Formats: sequence, C-alpha cells, structure tokens
Amino acid sequence: MKKMRIKQHTRTNFLTYLGVVAAFIIMNALSANGSLSRSLTGQLVPICCYMSMAVSLNLTVGILGELSLGHAGFMSVGAFSGIVAAMSLQSLIPAAPLRLAVAMLVGAAAAALAGLVVGSPVLRLRGDYLAIVTLAFGEIIKDLVNCLLVGVDASGLHVAFNLTGSKTVEDLGMQPDGIAIIKGAQGATSTTTIATFTAGFILVMVTLFVVLNLKYSRAGRAIMALRDNAIAAESVGVNITKYKMMAFVTSAALAGAAGALYGLNFSSLQATKFNFNTSILILVFVVLGGLGNLWGSLVAAAVLTVLPELLRAFSDYRMLVYAIVLILVMLATNNPTIKTFLNWKSNGKEAA
Amino acid sequence: MEFLSYLISGINLGSVYAIIALGYTMVYGIAKMLNFAHGDVIMVGGYISFCAMSYLGLPGWLALILAMAVCTVLGIVIEGLAYKPLRSAPSLAVLITAIGVSYLLQNTALLIWKAAPKVYSPLIAPTKANGEPNALRLFDGQLTVSYISLLTMGACIVIMIALTLFTSKTKMGKAMRACSEDKGAAQLMGINVNATISTTFAIGSALAAVAGVLLCSSYPTLQPTTGSMPGIKAFTAAVFGGIGSIPGAFLGGLLLGIIESMAKAYISTNLANAIVFAVLIIVLLVKPAGLLGRYVPEKV
Amino acid sequence: MKKFFGILLALAMVLSLAACGGNGGGNDAPANSNPPASTDNNQPAAAPSGSAFKLGTIGPLTGDAAIYGQAVANGAKIAVEEINAMGGAVQFELKSEDDVADGETSVNAYNSLMDWGMQVLVGPTTTGASIAVADKVSSERTFMLTPSASSADVTAGKNNVFQVCFTDPNQGTASADYISANMAGSKVAVIYRNDDAYSQGIRDTFVSQAKANGLEVVYEGAFTADTSTDFSVQLTGAQSAGADMVFLPIYYQPASVILTQAAAMNYAPTFFGVDGMDGILTMENFDASLAEGVMLLTPFSADATDARTQNFVQAYQAEFGEIPNQFAADAYDGVYIMKAALEAAGCTPDMSTADICEAIVGVMTSLSVDGLTGQGMTWGADGAVSKDPMAVVIENGTYVLP
Repeated sequence: MKKMRIKQHTRTNFLTYLGVVAAFIIMNALSANGSLSRSLTGQLVPICCYMSMAVSLNLTVGILGELSLGHAGFMSVGAFSGIVAAMSLQSLIPAAPLRLAVAMLVGAAAAALAGLVVGSPVLRLRGDYLAIVTLAFGEIIKDLVNCLLVGVDASGLHVAFNLTGSKTVEDLGMQPDGIAIIKGAQGATSTTTIATFTAGFILVMVTLFVVLNLKYSRAGRAIMALRDNAIAAESVGVNITKYKMMAFVTSAALAGAAGALYGLNFSSLQATKFNFNTSILILVFVVLGGLGNLWGSLVAAAVLTVLPELLRAFSDYRMLVYAIVLILVMLATNNPTIKTFLNWKSNGKEAA
Repeated sequence: MEFLSYLISGINLGSVYAIIALGYTMVYGIAKMLNFAHGDVIMVGGYISFCAMSYLGLPGWLALILAMAVCTVLGIVIEGLAYKPLRSAPSLAVLITAIGVSYLLQNTALLIWKAAPKVYSPLIAPTKANGEPNALRLFDGQLTVSYISLLTMGACIVIMIALTLFTSKTKMGKAMRACSEDKGAAQLMGINVNATISTTFAIGSALAAVAGVLLCSSYPTLQPTTGSMPGIKAFTAAVFGGIGSIPGAFLGGLLLGIIESMAKAYISTNLANAIVFAVLIIVLLVKPAGLLGRYVPEKV
Repeated sequence: MKKFFGILLALAMVLSLAACGGNGGGNDAPANSNPPASTDNNQPAAAPSGSAFKLGTIGPLTGDAAIYGQAVANGAKIAVEEINAMGGAVQFELKSEDDVADGETSVNAYNSLMDWGMQVLVGPTTTGASIAVADKVSSERTFMLTPSASSADVTAGKNNVFQVCFTDPNQGTASADYISANMAGSKVAVIYRNDDAYSQGIRDTFVSQAKANGLEVVYEGAFTADTSTDFSVQLTGAQSAGADMVFLPIYYQPASVILTQAAAMNYAPTFFGVDGMDGILTMENFDASLAEGVMLLTPFSADATDARTQNFVQAYQAEFGEIPNQFAADAYDGVYIMKAALEAAGCTPDMSTADICEAIVGVMTSLSVDGLTGQGMTWGADGAVSKDPMAVVIENGTYVLP
C-alpha cells in the first residue's frame, strides 16, 4: 500500500513537469508559426509569474497551512530589487539573459530576507491573526516603496527615503548621466524590459522543483505534520519554528524571483500594483487549484489570468461575468453531490 | 488646540471604522468566516440612501431605514445563495466566495450607478444656510466639532451597547453565542443554527447600511469602490480589538482612527497607513489575540 | 436541485439588474443618437470596415479609476460618430478596451486591439499604464496619442508617442507662475496624493518652481488611496500653518471632500486646482457654493460658449446622460488630431500599422489643430503638446476668467 502511494505521487510529479514542458514546447511552436494571438503571446510571461506565485503561495497556504494575505508584498520586494539590480548592472553585465538571472536571484534574496524579517516574529501567531499581519506587511511594503527614490549613475547607487514627501529625484544628487530607477509613487518608469518566456518557463520549473522536493522530503513531511496537528508534531520532536520558517522563507524567495521577472517585463511598474487585491488574486489561484495541489495551482493561475482577457467580448460586463464565474466555480467545486461524483470516478479509476 | 482637533478627527474616523468593524466581528464570531463583501454592502447602503434622498426626496431618517431594509435583505440573500451551500466547506473556500461576491457587488453597482462619483447629502449639512459651519464651537470658536461627527460617535456607542445587550440578554443573542461556541452542541440543544446565522448576517448588513450612511455623511462622496478600503480598515480594526469581541471591535476601530490621524498629524502623511499597520503588528505580537480577544489555547 | 435553482435565480437576478443599469447609457448607445450633423448627408454613421481606419482607445472602464477611462471611451465615440457622419476621406472604426488603470492589463488590452487590427491608438488614459504601453508601441511601431497621460516619462525617448494634455511639469510650473504673478506673497499649502504619479509629478514641479519664484510653501500634506477618506488632519495642518492658498494637484473627487471638510471647519483659503479639478461642478448633487472662488488651470470648460464645445456637450449629454469632463474632451480632440494627422500624411486605410505610424510621425510636428482643449495645438518632437493653460475661477457655479 505504502509503495503504491509513493509511486502515485512520483507519477503525479512527473506528469506535472511533463505538462509544463509540453505547454512550453507547444506555446513556442505556436508562436513560431504565428498562430498564437498577440494577446496571448503578451500574457505568456505574466502567466509564468502568476504560476510561480501560485505554487509558492501554495507552499505557505496548502502545505504549511497558514493563511497569507500579503504574498504580493514579497512579489513587490522582488520586483523592485530585481529592477534596481538589472538597471544598475546594465553596463557591467551586457548580456540580457545573464542580467535577468542575476536580477531574479537578487529579487529572490531580497524577498527571502523580507520573509525572514516578517516571519521570525509573526509565525508565532495563528490563523486569522497571522493572515492580518501578512496583509499589514503587504500594505506597509506598498507605502514604503511609494516613498523610495533610487537612482544610479557612474559613481553607483543613490537611495533616498522620502519620509515627509519633500524629496524628489533631484535630491539624489546624481550626475547628469544618472538614471532614476524608482521615482516614488511614479514607480519604476524607465525599466529596460528583458524578461522572456524562456526565463518564465525556467522559473516555473525551478519553483516546481523546489516546492515538490521540499514537500516530499523529510522537512516537507515535518511541515505537513505541523499543518495537521502542531501539538502532536511538536511532541514527537518537530522543531516548529525551524520548519515554519523554512516553508515561509522559501515561499517568499520564490515569490521574489517571480516578482523580479514580472517587473522586468514591463517598462513601468508602480508599488500600488502589488496591493491587497493582487494578494487575493493569487490566493484565489491557490484555493481554486486545490490546497496542496501544485498542478492545480498552475492550471488555475493560467486559466484565471487568461479568463478576463477572453471575457473582453462582454465589454462592460467583463468583471461582472468574472465574479459570477468565480462564485459558481467555488459553489460547484464544494458541492457535496459533485464532490461525491468526482471521488467515485477517481476511486473507480484506481480500482481499475 | 490642534491636538484636540486632530483627536476629534481621529475619533470621528474611528467611529466609522468601529461601526463597520462591529458588523465584521458579529459575522466572524458566529459564522467563523471573513466576509470580505461586508465593505461592499456598505457601499450599497450608501447608494440606496443616496437614491432615496436625492431621487425620491425622502428625509434622511427614512432613507436610512430604507437602506437598512434593503441591505438586510441583500445580506440574507447573499448568505443564502453564496455562503449557506458552503457551510461544510473549508473556510478558505468561503473566503474566496466572499471575494467573488465583493467583485459582483462592485461591478453591479458600476453598471447601475456608473463610475462617476456622486456627492452625498449628509444627514446633517456641514454648513448652515448662511455659510456658518454646522458645528459645536468650543473655546471661543478655536475648536469646532461638527454635529455629524457627534452623531457618528453617538451612533457608534449606542450600537455597541445595543449589540452587547442583545447578545447577552435576548434569546436570539444567546443562540448566537451558543453557535459561536459550538455549532454541533447548539444544534443538539434545539437551536436552529442556519436561522441564527442568517439573522447574524441580517444584523451585520443592517449595521453596514448604518455605517454606509454615516461614512458618506462624514466624507460625502460615493462611488462603486467606496466601501472596499474602509472594509479592509474595519477588518483590521476588528482583529486589532480581538475578532469576535464586540467591545473589542469598538475599541479597535476607535484606536485605529486615532492612530491614523495622529500619524498624519505628527509623523508623516505619506506613511500614515503604514504606521497604522505597524502598530497593529506590534500589538498582535504582544497580545496574539488582539486587545480584548480571548486567547484559546489549542487542545490536544 | 433547490440549490441549483437558487444559483440560477441569483444569476438571473444579477443579469437583469445589470441589464437595467445598461439601459441608462454605457457604451452600447441607442442607434438614434447620431450627432445632428448626420441629418444633412446620407453617409452611414458607422463606416463599413475595410474603408475605415481602425482606431483603438484604452482606459479603465471598471475599477477605481473607471470614471476617466469611460470618459475617454465616450469622448472618442462622439468624435468618431461625427467624423463618420461628415463623410470624407478619413473614416474610423472604433474599439475601446478596459485596462483597470493597470500596466499589465493595459499591455494586454493593446495586444488584443492589435489582434483586432488596430492602426492607430488614442490611449491609454492613465500615466502608469501609458508608460508600459508606450514602450511596446515604440518597439512595434504603432502610432500612439494619449489623451490624458500627463507624465513626461510617457513620451520620453519614443518618437511615435504624443500627448493631447499638458505634461505634469508644464502644469506645475504654470500654476506656480500664475500664483506668484497674480497672488504674490500668498502662503501656500499643498495637499497631494502620494501614491499617484500624476499628483506627485505636479507637486514636485510646483514646489520647485514655487521656490524659484519666491513663493512660501508653508505646509505639505499627502494622502494615499488607503487614507483618502478623511482630510481634516491635512486641512487643520494647513490652517494652523497660516496658509491662505491651498494648491490641490489632485482629481476632483477627493477635492470635493476637501472643500466640504474645509467649509465644515470654517477654513476658507483660496483653493487652486489643476486640470484634474475640472469636473467638480458636474458631480451629481454637488453643492456649487462650496466651490465658490476655487481657481483652476484647465484646458477645457463644459460651460464654454463656442459652438463646438456646446455641440460636443450636447451630443455627450444626449448619448451618455452626463456632462463631459476634461478627459472626454481630450479624447474627442485626440480623435480629431488623429484625423488631421492621417489627412496630412495622406494615409489610406489599407496601409499597415507601422507604415501609418512612420507617416504620421513625419507630419506630427508640423501639424496645428484647433480643438476643444486648445486653439492651434502644436507638437514638439518630444511628443509634448503646446497649448496655453487657461486659469479660471468658479463663480456662481460656472467658470469665469478672473
């Protein structure tokens, strides 16, 4: 029995990887022969970012079992630090793919640091209290970035924090050739866009690899034990703080990398993009895809990112239809009758 | 003197947050769900009373009653259609549905009332016909407290006391507390859990209508997204005070408003919001269940 | 089964509600609302496709900023109907897409318009979204004329992106110059929105120009989307700093709350707004006496007595049931500017998007267009428009020249 279970999850993992690779190849082939609409082509990179965000949030919400309403905050940290890294290394690393990789690593590191700072005190809280603290963190990050001025010139980075609102880019004291990278509320407005679909694909694969390996490792079993019963887990010697932090920081780092890729895909990015609604959007991907179900997160992220675009035909009713679809899907997937039907079907398959 | 006037602004803002937070906390305490659509019910309350006053020419108090009636029905309908089928589903599924309902209300309002912001006619006009402020003047006119602020604060205190009495003295209130403690046991004692939860939603939504009228009276502007930000703030306030606790929501809302005003006045208008949330985090670290919340140790 | 019915019922209710709302106006306007011009010729209002230029607009049609995007879509629609009714070489086919004022969605909207075959773009509406789209159009060579994105970053470094509205630096400096020339010695307070590129951009140039002109800025207060309910703290701050002039580089909705709260505090400085303030008098149920004496720099006034503005306001009111604001006028002008440019460049609807782009870029700097928002508008190679801002003061609920 135990053997079969292991086999089954290895098979699921394998199929998940295979699915992502297949999707990547198909998308590339389609866009090579021009049969992919521009609308969809333009969404490939954001979809990869959202997939990665969803998988990493699933690590916190599904596998660790802690509700986080501030995941966009980590994305924000990753995005802006990634943009700063990419823009300031422009002359040092002329090769765009390498610069992108470095930027994503910087984004991941910065977000991991943020995760460490936030996580160490707040992971003691539970349930909705932890949720509200993560929400608070996301809001604080947004306000802080709104007051941040960063520029780069030949002599290096210039950073100023605009507490009273009286500083402008001029106060950075840059030489005339300097570029303003982040201009407070105006955000990053002169970013050179270097994100590519291939980078997005690699990001999704790495995210999957990290989360799947963590989930099925010794640490992963400890994390899931914490989710199911923290007291029982602690009593058999699982170090609560250590494993919670491990999951939380990994999740933050992956979100940071996704944020960096996202930030480098658009020439303009404002801190307000990563608000509460974005955090919620990613949470919707996770819940709709199924808690702890990684391929579910991938599919939900892709479908729900494309859906509003497909609904453009409804013009004024677009977001209304989106809301109705969301409610109906939640009602349907949690309907006992449908659930029984699905279970019966999958049981039948297993028996066969 | 400026300090006092900042304090009064803070209390006024805090009272509005507190009324919304009372609705949040009621629903959370009994149904154990974060009703993210609560803020949007406030917006609907605002629009209904706006239409009643501006289009039908009804007096303010009648508009308020009408808004309460419509929101109560709306609350019961939302609960029955979207939340009741999910009673046995995981709480996150209900959370996402609530978010769907919130989008739905906002976008329906956008289609009905259009995006253009409307100016609300406050229950008490801010200025008299001769241009004088409609306000209480203290210290030779150095400090003005508008009557609408006084009304908001008064309403907030009355609602808080009424709710406390309702939950502790009446039969329905006791049923609510029983459901909050243990739904299964409550059912065994002959309490109709579904009806109790529906009643809670009805009361919460009626409160949202009151909050909508007072919010729009104090800050007279109305658009389809009017409710979402105060909704999040009130959620924060409810957690701040200890979610599920009625005096806690009152205290949390009030403190949140005062902190916001003081942060704007003395630290930075840019970061007022960040400071509010930072204080929240610190409070929760010291008191993990909020100011007045009960800390329930996990049983093995 | 009961549940299923419940859901069905909810759906039906929502759709019927939505349908009720839709009838009042929106983008699907009744067919009988053609502009008056269409009666004296027999051209169809909607030009047959193939012989018309495909013109796209982008703006937030839903969400927080929907008022601006809807105004742009509606203004453009009026202009397109007029142009098609007049007949002539240049005819348009219009499509408006929603971007929720978000950069990512705006790029998506642009891409889906390109899938539709868009040849020229009048949009996006908001600054952040426009910068993201401007980067795309610059590399893909689509001609872009934004009606209302006012930051200099939108056009910087792109030769095919132009603006209809003033740039933020332009407005900030013009306001500071106007105040120091006409109200020298005022003590100025600034209340602006810190998480909005438009507001922060104008505030920055205003304050630096005010310093250069020797104006005294005694108080600065900001707010963000999350703290935009209550302004009494900022107003108390301005009042106790002794400000007799409050500069409001913000949109009219928060401005209306500020005016109400100031009246309730018995604080009556001179309020000075920029083009975002336009529209305050058209807010439903707004007490115009609160805005008495408010000054603003605006390129457009719905009360203007010239025939063109009046025609536009009339057509807009007939079709959408609202008085148009500055965004609608900018978009209306944008379509006419596009028409003038296409005519000057001798473009035909069968040309490719990139060819049209290069052709228009060639003539844009030599163009001079009269519109609702300015007479003799011309453009520099940097994409910025040159037109004179007009300072007006509100008296008895209308704009008058001071």
